[in-house]
Amino acid sequence: MQNDDVIWDVIRHHHCSYMAKIQTGNFCRNPYNVTGICNRSSCPLANSRYATIRDHDGIFYLYMKTIERAHMPNKLWERVKLPKNYMKALEIIDKHLEYWPKLLVHKIKQRLTKMTQYRIRMVKLSKKVREKIMTVPRKEVKRESRREEKALRAAQIENVIEKELLERLNKGVYPDICNYDEEIFNKLLDKNKEEEQEEEEEEEAEVEYVEGDYELEEEEELEEDIEDMGDFLKANNFEDIEGDEDDLEEQPAKKKAYVSYPLKQDDGTEKVRRKGKKVVVEVERDEDMGNRQHNVM
Amino acid sequence: MAKEKKRKAAEEAVDGDDYIEREDKKPKKQKLILASQIKNKEKRSAVYAKLKHEKRVEKHKKIKARDAASKQALELGEEPPEKMVPRTIENTRELDETVCRPDDEELFAGNDADEFSAVLKQQTAPKVLITTCRFNSSRGPAFIKELLSVIPNAQYYKRGTYELKKIVEYAKNKEFTSIIVVHTNRREPDALLLIGLPDGPTAHFRLSNLVLRKDIKNHGNPTSHEPELVLNNFTTRLGHRVGRMIQSLFPQVPNFRGRRVVTFHNQRDFIFFRHHRYVFEVKEKKEGLKDKKSKASQGKTEKKAIARLQECGPRFTLKLVSLQHGTFDTKGGEFEWVHKADMDTSRRRFFI
Repeated sequence: MQNDDVIWDVIRHHHCSYMAKIQTGNFCRNPYNVTGICNRSSCPLANSRYATIRDHDGIFYLYMKTIERAHMPNKLWERVKLPKNYMKALEIIDKHLEYWPKLLVHKIKQRLTKMTQYRIRMVKLSKKVREKIMTVPRKEVKRESRREEKALRAAQIENVIEKELLERLNKGVYPDICNYDEEIFNKLLDKNKEEEQEEEEEEEAEVEYVEGDYELEEEEELEEDIEDMGDFLKANNFEDIEGDEDDLEEQPAKKKAYVSYPLKQDDGTEKVRRKGKKVVVEVERDEDMGNRQHNVM
Repeated sequence: MAKEKKRKAAEEAVDGDDYIEREDKKPKKQKLILASQIKNKEKRSAVYAKLKHEKRVEKHKKIKARDAASKQALELGEEPPEKMVPRTIENTRELDETVCRPDDEELFAGNDADEFSAVLKQQTAPKVLITTCRFNSSRGPAFIKELLSVIPNAQYYKRGTYELKKIVEYAKNKEFTSIIVVHTNRREPDALLLIGLPDGPTAHFRLSNLVLRKDIKNHGNPTSHEPELVLNNFTTRLGHRVGRMIQSLFPQVPNFRGRRVVTFHNQRDFIFFRHHRYVFEVKEKKEGLKDKKSKASQGKTEKKAIARLQECGPRFTLKLVSLQHGTFDTKGGEFEWVHKADMDTSRRRFFI
């Protein structure tokens, strides 16, 4: 036997599990509630003739319950699909709820309006691109920072850069660096070429010397070199010969577009120990020395 | 009496005749006491100190012996004993098939056909657009200012609330060659997004260890000359690609008079960025002073050319998180390389 007043009495004064009491008032958690407030007229349990709009996957449905079906909870709620068009949906509501109490119909239409509005907003938001915040487990963060520190220590960046710059200088990439004493510098260019090979041997052990690196330099330098070689040839006699030799040596290599440093060409042994006692032991390589001496006038 | 007996017993025990007797008994176990088991702190530390001293003495001996041997061998004209190479992570790196080889035709063909070839062959000048994430705070603006001074021909645009894809379009219209997006997290620049244009790849780097110019001691001030680029250790194919991408940010004709060098050094997948001004100098090294025994070599001065660096500009490290083909499109884009957690399992495996 269904008596709304009795039901309401029991629910309200004793216990309704759908009621949520907060500071501003009583709310109803029942999914079939139209307004969401715990009210005599809005309670779906205490009204035998009731209707709501619910949203499923972006489609709105009108749910209706009548007292005729009150004894069949399974088939209690009748569902009508509402079109996405707001005006048409209103018409359909009017059609179905023609002879229903005006208050309820009004509430239902209000609910429909609100739901349409938030559906539009949701669609807009989902099209907008928002940044997603991803968290990284602390273990990984720490691991990364540890590895970074060790990599930094292994890298010895300053040394590597200095070596690189010296190599480029010796290759003749820099046309005119205005802060050196010319004579001494040119002499040094010779000596440095010998020592270069020593240095490289050591480097091979430490730094993973990179073909990719060469190529990248090459691209920069190729342009430079081609331009500068021209200047060289015209300007300085001394460097002219040096330049030529370099050119000749390197051009066949350059045709491959990769310069491989003269690797371990020497038959003697050389060591340059950087740390501790600096013992520079040079063993004469007759061939090369011969060549070089030729050019030094 | 008892003492005499004991003495005799001891004497007898020492004799060789008593060995047969000895064998019946169990051999006395030698108790090895670890230094860490001594409870007395003073005694324990004394034992440790002794151990350490012994170790050091041994090590010195070894080194001396090695040096002497090599010296001797050299004097005799023979080959010295092989110098021992310490085992490093770089030495024992896992073999990577994708390491670029010098004679790789495919690589060059790829280079010609890739997105950076236009800039790298100097057909277009690089033009960089720098922007930030939506909320920029604290160190972000300072960092961007410094970036602007490092990269020539770079412009800063405020982010507003534009979508990145729209920004990409906008930049394409204005003929930029790349976009840099600096992302801030917890008031620190956290990530760098490098987008190549017009349809270049998108590289997402994680930024760490940022040190601004004002925090570097004895820093120098960079000029506006075009900098030189140094790219180290980009061995694999992926590394090569990333290297070229970085290269395309900078103009290809450096102005050597400016003596500015920008370095991207890759070590164990961490790309260290440094910005220096350099100077070549002649350094006089007096040889023979260290070898006090030989008087003959005194007074010999060897001159060496060295490069001296003065650091200017920011200092930071990058780590590649993902490389995506095409411009920024996380949902629909094709990722060439993504960092996954299980890539970190081996300490000897690196990808760049």
